[in-house]
Amino acid sequence: MDKNHLQHQLDMKRSLLDQGYLDEQFIQLEELEDDDNPNFVEEMVTTFYANSARLLQNIEQALGSRPIDFTKLDNYMHQFKGSSSSIGATRVQKECTLFMEYCEAANAEGCIRTFRQVKQEHASLKTKLEDYFKLARQGGPSAGGQAGR
Amino acid sequence: MNPSNGKGSIATASSSGAWKVGDVVPDQFPAGLRVLVVDDDPTCLVILEKMLRACLYAVTKCNRAEIALSLLRENKNGFDIVISDVHMPDMDGFKLLEHIGLEMDLPVIMMSADDEKNVVMKGVTHGACDYLIKPVRIEALKNIWQHVVRKRKNEWKELDQSGSLEDGDRQQKPSDEVEYSSSANEGNWKSSKKRKDEEEDIEDRDDTSTLKKPRVVWSVELHQQFVAAVNQLGIDKAVPKKILELMNVPGLTRENVASHLQKYRLYLRRLSGVSQHHSSLNNSFISAQEATFGSMSSLNGLDLQTLAVTGQLPAQSLATLQAAGLGRPTAKSGIPMPLVDQRNLFSFENPKPRFGEGQQQHLSSSKPVNLLHGIPTTMEPKQLANLHQSAQPLGNMNVQVNAHGGHSSSLLMQMGQTQSRGQILNESAGSHVPRLPSSVGHPAISNGIAGGVIGINGIGDNSRGIGYNQVRPTSSMLSFPMNHTSELASNSFPLGSTPGISNITPKGAFQDEINSEIKGSTGFGASYDIFNDLHQQKSQNWELHNVGLQFSASQNANRLQGNLDISPSVLVRQGYSSSQTSGQNRNVSDIGRAVFSGVESTQQGNTQIIGQQLNNFLVDNSVRVKAESIPDAGSQSILFPENNFGQEDLMSALLKQQQGGIAPAESEFDLDGYSIDNIPV
Repeated sequence: MDKNHLQHQLDMKRSLLDQGYLDEQFIQLEELEDDDNPNFVEEMVTTFYANSARLLQNIEQALGSRPIDFTKLDNYMHQFKGSSSSIGATRVQKECTLFMEYCEAANAEGCIRTFRQVKQEHASLKTKLEDYFKLARQGGPSAGGQAGR
Repeated sequence: MNPSNGKGSIATASSSGAWKVGDVVPDQFPAGLRVLVVDDDPTCLVILEKMLRACLYAVTKCNRAEIALSLLRENKNGFDIVISDVHMPDMDGFKLLEHIGLEMDLPVIMMSADDEKNVVMKGVTHGACDYLIKPVRIEALKNIWQHVVRKRKNEWKELDQSGSLEDGDRQQKPSDEVEYSSSANEGNWKSSKKRKDEEEDIEDRDDTSTLKKPRVVWSVELHQQFVAAVNQLGIDKAVPKKILELMNVPGLTRENVASHLQKYRLYLRRLSGVSQHHSSLNNSFISAQEATFGSMSSLNGLDLQTLAVTGQLPAQSLATLQAAGLGRPTAKSGIPMPLVDQRNLFSFENPKPRFGEGQQQHLSSSKPVNLLHGIPTTMEPKQLANLHQSAQPLGNMNVQVNAHGGHSSSLLMQMGQTQSRGQILNESAGSHVPRLPSSVGHPAISNGIAGGVIGINGIGDNSRGIGYNQVRPTSSMLSFPMNHTSELASNSFPLGSTPGISNITPKGAFQDEINSEIKGSTGFGASYDIFNDLHQQKSQNWELHNVGLQFSASQNANRLQGNLDISPSVLVRQGYSSSQTSGQNRNVSDIGRAVFSGVESTQQGNTQIIGQQLNNFLVDNSVRVKAESIPDAGSQSILFPENNFGQEDLMSALLKQQQGGIAPAESEFDLDGYSIDNIPV
């Protein structure tokens, strides 16, 4: 495997961690990778994004309805937050927490505003992870796994 | 999902209960620990699975709570621990927690992204053994085995005390269900104390192979002996030691008797207190059917509903049952009647073997059948047998509730207790079941039970499966009007026509019901399942009987409101299944036990414990009865398999009962599922 490549991958990961996009959870996931599941993390992230898109849509709809059902919103966001936390999406989680606080306060405007941020973080992380995995794949068969260790 | 045993295959053996009394933990432990993880989020679910596998556990994942429950039910001893998310769309995680606690008594770990104190506290109060905050790290998962060990240790400890541990390994087996259910129920609700009791019952356990702890099975005969001894000494003066001496049963320890006595006392108390509770109960469960899990009363109503829902129970039956069970025409007012009658049933029915008890033994072999504590169980096996036979319709009905054949009987039995029980039980073989002590009270009980059962049956339609939710809130039917004593004698007792509910053929179906019933709030739905199962099973009225009984019993037990609480039904179910599997004897006891356990577990609220006790008894009894009669259950499978069998029978029994004048008035029963009639007095 290309050492530079691996290094590059590691650096990228380090940067994501430092910037708070990802946290320890992500590292743990990478550690779970083994020969049987060499692309486990990537698969998980893909699953996450597929599932979270649906959740976000639910939230979007709930936000659009009048009157706003804050309890429902809270539930949806709770699910979304849990899901995000499972892959270590820290920034996304933070926005989720903020959103839920607004829900509790029944602050529609705050919710709408925060939701935009949630989506933003969600999308931006997606891009970064895509780059990361691309790099990992290019690095060699077990580049991804190794990069995690 | 299929249990992933990849890594855990080894461990399976060890974890499956190979533990002996001595609590020796297998070497490979915790590797192979069988974990069931439930979470609606696919990402979390897969990640958890991966992590658990990394810990060398045997993981099964599930994204729906209902599926998880059915998995657990079908595989009573198939898992060691459950990890569940709190927020799930189809069922609240806490509700699932309760169900599991009642029915299976497995350690449950809750998890959520929510770390708010009140939510965590909720987990504690609902009995979770741990609470993890998401994202769950692997380190947190590495140590979950401690909860399994701890629980087992507690159970073993109890067994040890009784000195009857005999077969630590007995449990493995087919009786797993029974034990499981009973222990499950027990453990949860009253605090592992009850569990102890059940475990001490080793008596008729056929095969405790699956069970991890040796449990004394309080068969009908045994229970009868117990009741006879208690009566001889006088309920107030009856101390375990003396009872033990009087009973003179080899292998039985003082602890076994003590725990059984405790249950019996609760049962009696419940009977007497039932009337007062009834009204409140009825109301509560009627309206609160879905009430919280702990509210047993609602269970009753629910049970009926579920029964009815399952289709087994015709709407009218349901209504009748409800009314009967509730004691009121509108199913609203508490069922003062039934309660009172119940009491009578119990009291005079002494001779009648406490169905629940006797059955319990069978059913839940592991759990002491004490359900019937209070019931003058002198169940006579013969009576049971008779009941069983004649009371077919009843039996069926009841059985259904019991879900496994054994259950229904117990339910019915409980209601009618003693008489019917014997009858119900008799059906199958008289071996275990005869417990239906119902002799006297049966008639009435049967009715009650029948009524209740019917309701239950309705729920239990075979096809139903464990649909808990089906239970219609209105079903308070389960409350089987225990008062029916008189009726039971003759007809009402579906179980087998004999006053006892011997027909409880709780075949597998019953078990389901029970399980569901036990659940408590959803219990209703649960019972529903049981009924279904019972019906399916076939059988004979017994099932119906059981079902009814169980149902109410369990419901009541769960509800705790004072009614029988579903627990009994739950118990019944459990016992039921086991009994079914092992063959008659077992079934019955299992069911009974199951019911009992269910009841106990549901007791969470404990106030209702008394009611539960009853239920338990009933349930157990009913269950037991069924077990005997339902030979088909034969499968050793654990509780569930038989469901099919019982359900149909139960339903028919129930229906018949209704027509027969059993008067679904089981409303008196109000047992949430446990149909007081079943009280194996």
